[in-house]
Amino acid sequence: MTANLHPGLNLGESHGAAHPASENRVFGFWVFLMSDLITFGILFATYAASGTPMGLAGGPGPAQLFDLTSVALQTAFLLASSLTCGMASLSMKAHAGAGRIALWLLVTALLGGGFLMLELSDFASMLAQGAGPARSGWLSGFFALVGLHGLHITAGLLWIGVLLGLLAVQGLSDRVKTRLLLFALYWHFLDLVWIGIFSIVFLRGLA
Amino acid sequence: MSGLFGHLDWTVTPFAAAIADPGTNTFVAAGAAGLVVLGAVALLGFLTWFRLWGPLWRDWLTSADHKKIGVMYCVIGIVMLARGVAEGAVMRAHQAMALNGGPLSAEHFAELFSTHGTIMILFVAAPLVIGLINIVVPLQIGARDMAFPVMNQVSLGLTAAGAALLMISLVIGRFETGGWSAYPPYTGRVFSPGEGPDYWIWSVVPAGIGSMLSGINFAVTIYKCRAPGMTYMRMPLFTWTALCAAIMLVYAMPPVTVSSLMLALDRYAGFHFFTNDLGGNMMNYANIFWMFGHPEVYILVLPAYGVWSEVSATFSAKTLYGYPSLVIATMAIAVIAFTVWLHHFFTMGQSASVNIAFGIATMIIAVPTGVKVYDWMATLWRGRIRMTVPMVYLTGFFILFVIGGLTGVILANPTIDYQVHNTLFLVAHFHNVLIPGVLFAMLAGIHYWFPKVFGFRLHETWGKRAAWLWIVGFCVTFLPLYALGLMGMPRRSSSFADPAFVPLQLVAGAGAVIILLALAATLVCYGVSIRQRGTLAVPFGDPWDGRTLEWAMPAPAPEWNFAVIPAVAARDAFWAEKTGGDPYVAPERYEDIELPRPTALGLVICVATTAAGFALTWHIWWLALSGLVGIGLAVMVRAFATQTTRVLPAAEVAVHHGRWLEAVHTARGITRDAEDSPANRGLAAPDTEVTP
Repeated sequence: MTANLHPGLNLGESHGAAHPASENRVFGFWVFLMSDLITFGILFATYAASGTPMGLAGGPGPAQLFDLTSVALQTAFLLASSLTCGMASLSMKAHAGAGRIALWLLVTALLGGGFLMLELSDFASMLAQGAGPARSGWLSGFFALVGLHGLHITAGLLWIGVLLGLLAVQGLSDRVKTRLLLFALYWHFLDLVWIGIFSIVFLRGLA
Repeated sequence: MSGLFGHLDWTVTPFAAAIADPGTNTFVAAGAAGLVVLGAVALLGFLTWFRLWGPLWRDWLTSADHKKIGVMYCVIGIVMLARGVAEGAVMRAHQAMALNGGPLSAEHFAELFSTHGTIMILFVAAPLVIGLINIVVPLQIGARDMAFPVMNQVSLGLTAAGAALLMISLVIGRFETGGWSAYPPYTGRVFSPGEGPDYWIWSVVPAGIGSMLSGINFAVTIYKCRAPGMTYMRMPLFTWTALCAAIMLVYAMPPVTVSSLMLALDRYAGFHFFTNDLGGNMMNYANIFWMFGHPEVYILVLPAYGVWSEVSATFSAKTLYGYPSLVIATMAIAVIAFTVWLHHFFTMGQSASVNIAFGIATMIIAVPTGVKVYDWMATLWRGRIRMTVPMVYLTGFFILFVIGGLTGVILANPTIDYQVHNTLFLVAHFHNVLIPGVLFAMLAGIHYWFPKVFGFRLHETWGKRAAWLWIVGFCVTFLPLYALGLMGMPRRSSSFADPAFVPLQLVAGAGAVIILLALAATLVCYGVSIRQRGTLAVPFGDPWDGRTLEWAMPAPAPEWNFAVIPAVAARDAFWAEKTGGDPYVAPERYEDIELPRPTALGLVICVATTAAGFALTWHIWWLALSGLVGIGLAVMVRAFATQTTRVLPAAEVAVHHGRWLEAVHTARGITRDAEDSPANRGLAAPDTEVTP
């Protein structure tokens, strides 16, 4: 066993210079994620504090608006995408070739895209019921929190696009390997935030 | 309404207002706008006339060198300082005449205190602090650059975009009128439908993101890029304070970014976070804003404490007294700073027991600060003291900052706070900690490290004139405000009806004139020093008999900082080398050095962010979208760059370093008595009077 240079999946010594070269970037990205967690934390707190009769302002609440079937499907898509993203990382670590990595990334993107489509259709049906963010403080908090997560997923899909482009143009260079490590951290982080949203927003809302 | 130019039309400039309604009020606004336009035109003319566009582009705007980026941060800070001080002087002049009226309209006065606060905190203090950290930290820890040199450039670009938008707001349209904290619902779209709060939001958000990225950069640099042997407890204290400030930036900046964007959602998309109706809750804004706002104060003041630590040790030629206690105190402040934010709104209606918990936390934070002040005084004790410019500032700081700190402890008591909150007592308090605490330290730090960056010292006599004017000007301007506050004068008053306020208002107004002179003397000091750079040159790099690694290299410091990465064996690394042997020896071998290539990424992001911010402010949707897409595209295109570094051959380093070593060996050092004379070329001779 070689010593880990940073938390999370390490490339390991078999990757030569790419292993030490990724140390600072991965560590820096962890620090960024901690900062991003504060951002989500504030929106979680705002959402939780607005779930009162005053925050609902006489408008519709969780029971009228949330569709647990759709949310369960979204969760399944996202958890599965985390698994496929992990497969991409492991393919890289085990030297399975750029093609295999690209394939797993593509599957990840499809699952992420499926999540996003379902989420957007949920949003659309809420808007159709007159339950947009301008209806009440609680709905503002809901759309900001869940919407920010959705925006992160969208950015992640763009990132996958860039990674696939890099793999096509530059192959599996040391820099691309580091970027794959960062992307994997980002994607798993979004999964973790979704677990929070699933539990606090949806399950607690329907409990 | 929102066509090609959104809400923009020809009536939004202060010039149009001055023509339509001539008077003191509109002339002041038009004059300020005119100054911005004239300044911009003069700058463009200057650059063109002296053919400086090429060097500006090559050596500065596209550079990823941490020292250049630091200097550009400081330039932003100084330019914005000039504007902030001018606004302060206008406000003092207005209040001195504000018995039953005053020359400016209430609206205009409100704009002034809002821009003044926003500028002084986010675009003067923060850029100066971040600039100094950028310049100094890699040099102190034996690194070649920041961990992420290009991201550093992006941080600068984002901060510059915020500052640019603030300057634009002086010429086009009006700024926000709800103070630097921009509390809704007043700043919501019901009560402030115009462009003002939008200008505030789109200045603050990029600066907040930029500072957060700086925090990540500093933290990773200090954790991961230290030279061998530079253990945590050997790091210079400025680096320690930079580390704590960096960690705080990472955690304290997201709240202000989020609260500003939530306010933007309220304003643009009709959300109800902070509105009066439909479930909005403005107390949540105050809560989130001060989760940033209070740690921010310590983000600014901790590096200032770092400057005082370096200055007191160097200019008394003694090792810093109580190093471990200073480190612990710094860490303690960084942690406690996150537990006191509620003292900014004791009167908002939470229970007495909540208030007292935060009141006690606030009082506790004075303890580590007190430890530090004693440590610095003990450092000076029986030292070989030279009363240089930084030491004059330190003296002013000692006396004035303690007064400011004590009034802070007074305000920490909720029962007293109920009496004096929202009065000039509070204004006096925070100016009393921020000016002697942060501004004096930044001016002292610039004086102290200036030779390392530019290769020549700053003029001592002009520097001392400026320092004394700042100290006296501060006292005359702000100490009377304590009395006025206790007499019951509310802050942010554009007029008052009690004639008892007039005498002290006149004193404070006179003080503002002294502060204007102090600013002028500071700028003259820089100008005179540039003209006399020949006699003030210190090419050998150690003008103050320094103790830490940054003094162990030529001045100006080369782009690659260290010819070879030093091995550190002691806390005052360079001092140990000087006292234990010869610090100026050639290494056995030199190695190739990898340096970041210049890139325009930071500049592109700066321009795109400014455009997007301006467009959002004026509802010019096509431009806003282009700006945001531009930022995204720039980042994505950058991902495909492969040639991001260049290699400096070892032979070239050897020639540069060898030439310097040779010059050092043929030169004669000076003792501390000659530090302020042209004989000081940056080589320190052993000082026989030193007692260890």
